[in-house]
Amino acid sequence: MEPINQFTGTVCPINRANIDTDQIIPKQFLKRIERQGFGQFVFYNWRFDDDGNKREDFILNDTKFADAEILVAGENFGCGSSREHAPWALLDYGFRVIIAPSYADIFYNNSVKNGILAVKLTDEEVETLLGRASVPGFKLHINLEEQSVKDDQGFTAHFDIDQYWKKMLLNGWDEISVTLTEEKKIRQYEEEVFGKQYS
Amino acid sequence: MTKKTVIEKIWENHVVSREEGKPDLLYIDLHLVHEVTSPQAFEGLRMNGRRVRRPDLTYATMDHNVPTINRHFVSDPISKTQMQTLEQNCREFGIELADIDHPDQGIVHVIGPQLGLTQPGKTIVCGDSHTSTHGAFGALAFGIGTSEVEHVLATQTIWQKQPKTLQIKVNGKLGFGVQAKDIILAVIAKFGVNAGTGYVMEFTGEAIRSLTMEQRMTICNMSIEAGARAGLVSPDMTTVEYLCGRRYAPQGEEFEEAAKRWLALATDEGAAYDKTLEIDAGEIEPQMTWGTNPSMGSGISGYVPSPDQFEREADKESVRLALEYMGLEAGTKLTEIPVDYVFIGSCTNSRLSDLRAAAEVAKGRKVQDHVTAIVVPGSQTVKQQAEAEGLDKIFTEAGFEWRESGCSMCLAMNDDVVPPGKRCASTSNRNFEGRQGSGARTHLVSPSMAAAAAVTGRFTDVRELAGVNQ
Repeated sequence: MEPINQFTGTVCPINRANIDTDQIIPKQFLKRIERQGFGQFVFYNWRFDDDGNKREDFILNDTKFADAEILVAGENFGCGSSREHAPWALLDYGFRVIIAPSYADIFYNNSVKNGILAVKLTDEEVETLLGRASVPGFKLHINLEEQSVKDDQGFTAHFDIDQYWKKMLLNGWDEISVTLTEEKKIRQYEEEVFGKQYS
Repeated sequence: MTKKTVIEKIWENHVVSREEGKPDLLYIDLHLVHEVTSPQAFEGLRMNGRRVRRPDLTYATMDHNVPTINRHFVSDPISKTQMQTLEQNCREFGIELADIDHPDQGIVHVIGPQLGLTQPGKTIVCGDSHTSTHGAFGALAFGIGTSEVEHVLATQTIWQKQPKTLQIKVNGKLGFGVQAKDIILAVIAKFGVNAGTGYVMEFTGEAIRSLTMEQRMTICNMSIEAGARAGLVSPDMTTVEYLCGRRYAPQGEEFEEAAKRWLALATDEGAAYDKTLEIDAGEIEPQMTWGTNPSMGSGISGYVPSPDQFEREADKESVRLALEYMGLEAGTKLTEIPVDYVFIGSCTNSRLSDLRAAAEVAKGRKVQDHVTAIVVPGSQTVKQQAEAEGLDKIFTEAGFEWRESGCSMCLAMNDDVVPPGKRCASTSNRNFEGRQGSGARTHLVSPSMAAAAAVTGRFTDVRELAGVNQ
């Protein structure tokens, strides 16, 4: 995955809580056997009506927000299905950072494993950003090393992140390669439990 | 000795590596695989020249895409490709597969327990959030994403931060006509869709102890709808009796030994949880959802709420959007809402006891003319058992369609789709927008409530219909 540290981008606000992964990428698009190409289907049922016409009232269909790279949303973002197609779709569409008060556990893991920085801010901070981001072109500066989010109007917030995930994101490491350095311990565990070697 | 919960006991038995500042590296005992979330994982293995470390601990089936009418006619070529890809991958990497023609084929969370692959004390993962189902056996079972599927295939391990523990205590006895599905819907309605985020839930209390394994599976299945990746029940004699004689369970003396180990895993008396939430089973009536997430529901005697009844601005807005999507007006009595479709099936409610409960209501009654009602058994084995009891006849005589096993209308990835604007009484687990089809309106209910809706054409308190056949 692509490493991420300092990132500046424009913001798209979606002021809804409990946005589930069925909304982020509806099931009819889960049939591909590749990881790429899901961006065109992100939030499909909110972007398009049953006849495939653009819904004018959905923010991503507003050309002023269409190129946003940072998504700000309500609590419990990414709940429901474990489909990793959700972060694949968000990333492929162009979102590199998500900001919300909380995330569903599986979605959070899936995101960091794809190099998406999912930032947790307080309800009040997210509220402020949702308000400011309703003006097109609103920009945020994210610094993972410093664990900070800033805008150009004096907003500044600190966020917490697990140090393991921080290191993985900063370095863009492949987790399987990291785990394979623990091979000795895995083999030891297998010998103890199964009395056998498997590698 | 420190008193421990079943969650902590299983966790500690599986730690391969523990280091400061890192999650634990956990060993995985059973990896279940299906066609939708695995192709990219196998592709990743191939690209990096990696193999599957423990094919003997990996088991695959196809369930999400499969047709439920003619099993050999897959109308969508992309679905077909996905099923063929799974076959090729299982062949290439040496994984046992229950394919479309296999007598063990079925929904992954139905066949795991049925075959005895699911056992107390195991760590179980699958690229599917309803893996929590297997927690009914006192296993630590949770859904993972495709990157994690690849990771488990390659290393048989997973990095996990030790979760906090949440006890959901269901006190007292269940009332007449109230099913396991009603318990879990009531828990989610009361505590919310993110009550369990960051936690593993253990269901305890008198009402849980008295449930059968299939009922416990229904409850653990929907832990994820309350935000918990895993939900479980401590193993007891009900668990042991269910597993005795199952194909992949230990046999003979080995079973006796295993049973002792399993029972010792149960949470120690007086062990502490990080949090406890309680609910009284006696207060729970048959449930039904009215909104677009599983917490938006209430007892069947209730009414569609008004956004003004909610305190937080965000909740008012969510309820307003939900009612708009569902085409419902605040103040409508739930039993006045008509249905167009009825779906009895899914990893939540497609086991033999679920079909029996629905059949009991359907027997001698007729599905209303304007209602399309389908019954989709969870596996080929469930289908055969149900047919041996004559349940299929009861359903078809009442006007239900009797189908082949699969995930079907729970997520409508195959041809079983609820049309836009139509309203479905569904025994599945998610009432999200578009879940059963673009624009489809889903109301979650128990199997007997679904059957009651089919024969009356509207949502009905099943307790009013009960007793006629008893």
